[in-house]
Amino acid sequence: MAFKVVKPGLSTTIQDLGRPGYFHLGIPEGGAMDRFAMRVANMLVGNDEAEAGLEAVFMGPELSFEDDTLVAVTGGEMPILVDGEPRESWTSFVVKAGQVLSFGFLKSGARIYIAFGGGIATPSALGSRSTYPIGALGGVEGRAIAAGDVIPVGKATDMTERSLDKALLAPVETPVSLRVLPDLYWHRLTPASQAQFFADEWTVAPEADRMGYRFRGGAPMEFVARDQPFGAGSDPSNIVDGCYSYGSIQVPGGQEPIVLHRDAVSGGGYFTLGAVISADMDLIGQLQPNTKVRFVEVTMEQALAARTARRERLDKIRAALG
Amino acid sequence: MTDIVSPLPGTFYHKPDPNSAPFKSAGDTVAVGDTIGLIEVMKTFIEVKAEAEGTFADYVAPDASPVSAGDVLAKMG
Repeated sequence: MAFKVVKPGLSTTIQDLGRPGYFHLGIPEGGAMDRFAMRVANMLVGNDEAEAGLEAVFMGPELSFEDDTLVAVTGGEMPILVDGEPRESWTSFVVKAGQVLSFGFLKSGARIYIAFGGGIATPSALGSRSTYPIGALGGVEGRAIAAGDVIPVGKATDMTERSLDKALLAPVETPVSLRVLPDLYWHRLTPASQAQFFADEWTVAPEADRMGYRFRGGAPMEFVARDQPFGAGSDPSNIVDGCYSYGSIQVPGGQEPIVLHRDAVSGGGYFTLGAVISADMDLIGQLQPNTKVRFVEVTMEQALAARTARRERLDKIRAALG
Repeated sequence: MTDIVSPLPGTFYHKPDPNSAPFKSAGDTVAVGDTIGLIEVMKTFIEVKAEAEGTFADYVAPDASPVSAGDVLAKMG
C-alpha cells in the first residue's frame, strides 16, 4: 500500500502525536500542531489514534493512490476533491487505486490533517514518525514531503466509512481567546504591563510556524528595574538560561510574544511571562496570519478543568466513532 | 478579465525586493508561469505565478498587505 506525491503543497509533513521523552536533550516533542484533529482523522479511518498522517499548512497536497485506501481529512476547512469530485471533511471515504486526492483554497483554519487506513508506514525515529525538519528527524529523510515521493501505508484493518457529527466539535469564537497561566518570570513585568498584556488585542504574525506563534500589535512591555544577575544578558527581557515548556510565552526585548509550539527549543535566555494552557494549544495550530487574538488569564484550577473538558469531548467522539 | 488569486494566506508584495520595480505594470504581457508577486508566510517567500496568459491590468491587493487564500491579488485583461 502506498500513495505518490504529485504536488507537496507549501510544507506538508508526516506527523503523529509526537516523540515525548527527549525534550531535556533539546529534541522537541514534535507531532501534529492540532493533535485533536490528527486523533479524530485516525479514528475516522479505524486507526489507532497514534498512527501517522499528513499535516498540510495553508495549501493542500495532491496525492495519487496506488491502492484502494480509506482516507479522512480533518482540521481547517479546505475543499476536498477526489478526481475533481467534492468530498466531506470529518468523514472517511475510499479513494480507489489510480484516483487523485487534491484540495481547493483554504477557507478557515490553518492546517488540515489527512489520515490513511493502516497509517503512514515510514521508519520511526526515537519512537515517532513525526517530521522535525531542523533536526532532520522522522518523516521522509527528515524533511517535508516532495513531488515524486512514494509514501508507504500500512495494511488497513477495515474499510468502514464513518462520519463525525460536527456538533461534537468545539465552536471557534472570534476574536480567538487563548487562556494563559502566568508563571515563574511574571514578576519581571510591572503591574501595569501585566494588565496591558491581557487588555491588548494581538495579531498573528506571518512568521508563525511549527516552532512558535509570534503575535504583534500590543504595547511593548515594561520591566521591573533590576541589576541583571550574573549569567543573564543585558536586555531586561533576558534571564539566566531557564527551561521552556510547551506553550510557554517568551517575549524577546519585551516586544512580540512568541508561544512556543511543537517544534520549539527547550530552553534559553529570554523570560517567559506564562504559558498557554494545554487545552488551547491545538487552537493555535489553526490560526492564520493576521488573526486577532486575546490572551485571557486563568488559574491552575481553571486550566485543569479546561483540560478535563477537552478530554471528555474526545471521549464522546471516541464513543460516537467507536 | 481574469483574476489572479492568492493560493494561501500571508503578506502580498508587488516587488521582488523593496528597491526594485513591481513584477508587472499595466499593459505588460503575461505568460503562463510568470511571477506577478510574492506571498510571505512562515519566514518563506512564495512566488505567485500566472496560470493563464494575457495582458496585465493592475494589482488589486495593495503592496505589503495581508491577504487570505482565495483573495484576488491582480487582474488581467
